[in-house]
Amino acid sequence: MATINWAAIDSDPRFRDLHDRKTRFLWGLMAFSVAYYFLLPIGAAYFADLYKVKVWGPINVGLLFALSQFLVAWAIAYIYARRASQFDEMAEKIARDADTIGVRK
Amino acid sequence: MNARTRKVVPALGLGAALLVGAEPAFAQAVAPQWRYLTFGVFAAIIGLTMYVTYLAAKRVKTSADFYTAGGGVSGLQNGWAIAGDYLSAASFLGIAGLISLYGYDGFMYSVGWLVAYITVLLVIAEPCRNIGKYTMGDILAFRNNPKTVKAFMAVSTITVSTFYLTAQMVGGGVLVKTLIGIDYEYSVIAVGILMLGYVIFGGMVATTWVQIIKAILLVVASLVMVFMVWSQYGFGGPEYFQKVIGDPKIQARVGSLLGDAANNLTGSELGQRFLEPGLYLKSPIDQISLGMALVLGTAGMPHILMRFFTVPTAQQARISVIWAMAIIGGFYVLTLFLGTGAAMLVGPTNIIAADRGGNMAAPLLAQFLGGGPDSMLGNLMLSFVAAVAFATIVAVVAGLVLAAASAMSHDIWVGIVKGEHATDEEEKRAARICTLIVGALAIVIGILAQGQNVAHLVALAFAVAASANLPVVLLTLYWKRCNTGGVVAGLVVGTLTAIGLVLVSPNMTYPMQLKAAQQKIVDANAPVIEKLTASVATTTDAAAQDKIKKDLAAAQKAKAGAEAALAKIGAETTSLVGLEKPLFELRNPGLISIPLGFLAVLIGSLLYRDRRAEEMWDELYVRSNTGIGRAVAAAH
Repeated sequence: MATINWAAIDSDPRFRDLHDRKTRFLWGLMAFSVAYYFLLPIGAAYFADLYKVKVWGPINVGLLFALSQFLVAWAIAYIYARRASQFDEMAEKIARDADTIGVRK
Repeated sequence: MNARTRKVVPALGLGAALLVGAEPAFAQAVAPQWRYLTFGVFAAIIGLTMYVTYLAAKRVKTSADFYTAGGGVSGLQNGWAIAGDYLSAASFLGIAGLISLYGYDGFMYSVGWLVAYITVLLVIAEPCRNIGKYTMGDILAFRNNPKTVKAFMAVSTITVSTFYLTAQMVGGGVLVKTLIGIDYEYSVIAVGILMLGYVIFGGMVATTWVQIIKAILLVVASLVMVFMVWSQYGFGGPEYFQKVIGDPKIQARVGSLLGDAANNLTGSELGQRFLEPGLYLKSPIDQISLGMALVLGTAGMPHILMRFFTVPTAQQARISVIWAMAIIGGFYVLTLFLGTGAAMLVGPTNIIAADRGGNMAAPLLAQFLGGGPDSMLGNLMLSFVAAVAFATIVAVVAGLVLAAASAMSHDIWVGIVKGEHATDEEEKRAARICTLIVGALAIVIGILAQGQNVAHLVALAFAVAASANLPVVLLTLYWKRCNTGGVVAGLVVGTLTAIGLVLVSPNMTYPMQLKAAQQKIVDANAPVIEKLTASVATTTDAAAQDKIKKDLAAAQKAKAGAEAALAKIGAETTSLVGLEKPLFELRNPGLISIPLGFLAVLIGSLLYRDRRAEEMWDELYVRSNTGIGRAVAAAH
């Protein structure tokens, strides 16, 4: 491991590409999920009348919104898992060349 | 009744804590002639976990086996173990109970616990797997001054674990006492000794398997119960909820919660109200503050993070979170039906009679579904649910003790005292000794805290994890300029503000306020008693007289109760920290302490110059994103 030039890998265009894609994707997804979650208590507090609107028999907007939180959480996990396999491939290629990137002989 | 209930149930105290607030009202769940069933089921489940521990003990050869099962756990196994670690008695009993008593709000409350895993999945699990070895201290030590950050992180780990542990031990003691009728002290000792057996002999291998077994039992028990409820009321969907809103017991419950506001509502309007927000959660700001602590705190919980060191690769860490999210989320959806099913079949009145916090909803539902308190099957099902709840507490406590003991042995003893120079044999022995110390401590604290209101401790554990642990781990992993100064500042400021704010919050007991409330009851009942006493003498109609006598007895009982409470408070006037009333209105400090924790890391890092932390950044960032050079899993 001592031979690995970390700074060179960090500035390698492939690693930069991985970093850019990952950062944008992860923090975007994170921001969306946090915002979607906090809408639930905020909505319950300030838009209670909307939550009471009946949609399907006695099932109201509030109940559907709470259930949708589960679906959205699972969807995020699924989207992330699919996307992450692309990141894995990119990372693997970099890792394979790790010993040679930026090594001065 | 309604106002009283609302006061008794700690407004946003988490489920495990609800177990405790309600202690005095516990009834014995299993009748003596069925006790043998309880013992049989308990013996079977404990026997199974013991056998697994015996097998596991043979596989614990190195300290890596002890701390992290040698990194040889698969993603699927780890996902079940995470679910087992996370679905504490609080989720199982507490949330089902909340839903059975308060409907929608109880369900809404469960959502945050799942959403918390998105943070874990997206930004924490994989980098931690690539950077860490055994403890959170290892992650921080990568680019900061190892001794300093390990010392502070170990203290924080032990603090968080102890808070959570105390709530679990006290809740567990009360639960076991109720379910199988042995004394509180013996319950706590039984939980403690069993847990120590698993951890000391089987380390992380046994802990993982106990958590997996318990999670499977919990999910199976819940599925069976939900299908039995559905077979009576329709499979989910509108027809099920039509039965919920049409149920007279639920309508009566909502009526008593709403008080005067319920007067001009029809029965089905009252039932519908059960599916609408606002029966339990009264303070939106507090609710948001708790949500922040959950969403960020779960990712900073030492016993949760430690689970990611047990898998061989970042990919397996990812798979394990995804499995955990599927299991935990599916379970919380089931609690909606466990809770509403218990409300319809057992009824909120009976649930409250067994435990004011509602924690007996699921066990009582099991008993009812099996044929009721007089049937063998009913008691067998109750015993099974009780045994699962017991296994739950033992498994969660095992995870917590292992996390705290690892911080003590790996970070403090090996990392600091021995300066990283300890043989593997020495480290393994140290880890076992530390486990024994933490476990003994947990038993002692559990017994000392009997009858104490530990309601705020679970929330506090999450608040400290979110305000101190998460900011330092997150910024160490993602911010180039983060360094030792920032880590120390963040841990100190985050921990102290979270604890400090809770100490001056409404969670504490304020004798003056209690006195005022009780005095009000005395004052209100005194004239009523006088008036009723006078009218008893003048009324001649026998029926009317009976009614007055009944009212009189109720008023006298209320007054006597309040007077007894006043006498109990005695001459005390201030809370634990010498306050007459709360200085800070939120029960959950996260809203303030989390931003302060992050701010402290930022300021601390900028003020403290550390060239090494910046030089190491490239290596840390490349490693965390590519997994190059991670600790390779032992072959099992």
